[in-house]
Amino acid sequence: MLDDVDRRILRLLQSDPTQTAPELAEAAGMTTARVNRRLDRLRADGVLKATQAIIDWRALGYAVEVSLRLTLDKTVPRAFDEFLAAARKVRAVIEIQTFLGRVDVRLSLIARDLPDYQHIYRQEILTLPHIADIEALMTVGRVKYDESLPL
Amino acid sequence: MTLDEIDRALLLAVSQNADQSTTQLGQKLGLSQPATWRRLRRLQESGAIAGRRLVLDAEKVGFGVTVFLGVKLATKGRISLEDFERAVSAIPEVQSVEHVLGLYDYRLRVVARDLADFERVLRRRVMTLPGVGNVEANVLLSEERRQGPL
Repeated sequence: MLDDVDRRILRLLQSDPTQTAPELAEAAGMTTARVNRRLDRLRADGVLKATQAIIDWRALGYAVEVSLRLTLDKTVPRAFDEFLAAARKVRAVIEIQTFLGRVDVRLSLIARDLPDYQHIYRQEILTLPHIADIEALMTVGRVKYDESLPL
Repeated sequence: MTLDEIDRALLLAVSQNADQSTTQLGQKLGLSQPATWRRLRRLQESGAIAGRRLVLDAEKVGFGVTVFLGVKLATKGRISLEDFERAVSAIPEVQSVEHVLGLYDYRLRVVARDLADFERVLRRRVMTLPGVGNVEANVLLSEERRQGPL
């Protein structure tokens, strides 16, 4: 379980993951050695998993991002497994999520432009197995995207 | 910006784990440390790397539930999108907000301690937002990030 000191360190690190241990120590009002011990323990416990670079697909020429919300044909016993295995092979897919609710699966798909999207949608998405229904939401803009937790 | 094979491999490596040193990354890709550093800097300066995020085990820090909300605004035209966006972004439990086109106007990612806590966030924070109309909730069961076209 986390204590207040762990939370303070994670909160600070979350706001700027590029901070070094000495910078973090100064902000937290602790010694660098103590911050390092805490970070080591959080990593060992699997709380702190990694720092990852966020890719801006738009900067790489992928101007279109679409959220595809799918419902699957649940009368087929292995519909989920077979659908997911096939969806993992689609290179334009950057995220796969499964849900409990009206939507079964969501795919996040990127494309260079609308003709490229149309091609991927027809050739690679509509051919995926066991789809009962698809709804598309096109991303217009990101308002908040840091995905930080309210620690 | 156009990427060559090495750039793609480098981008993929740091998108999975950015804690590695340029020496470690260079060794994996068969590059010298200075060459790795130059390529990484170019990826950052071109905006291909938008920033860094800390990956925490949400469950281990006490957030057992993640819910995606589709939000339709009820009174478009009367309420400004800016007001809605400012208010929704200020909710600590809301991790991401996307403006979308389609069945909903916004897609939100919300974390909560458990379902009872989620109900509190939904009723007290989300349903009271200016202009909020129809809301659809889907509880996240599993999630994977793919490498995409890299």
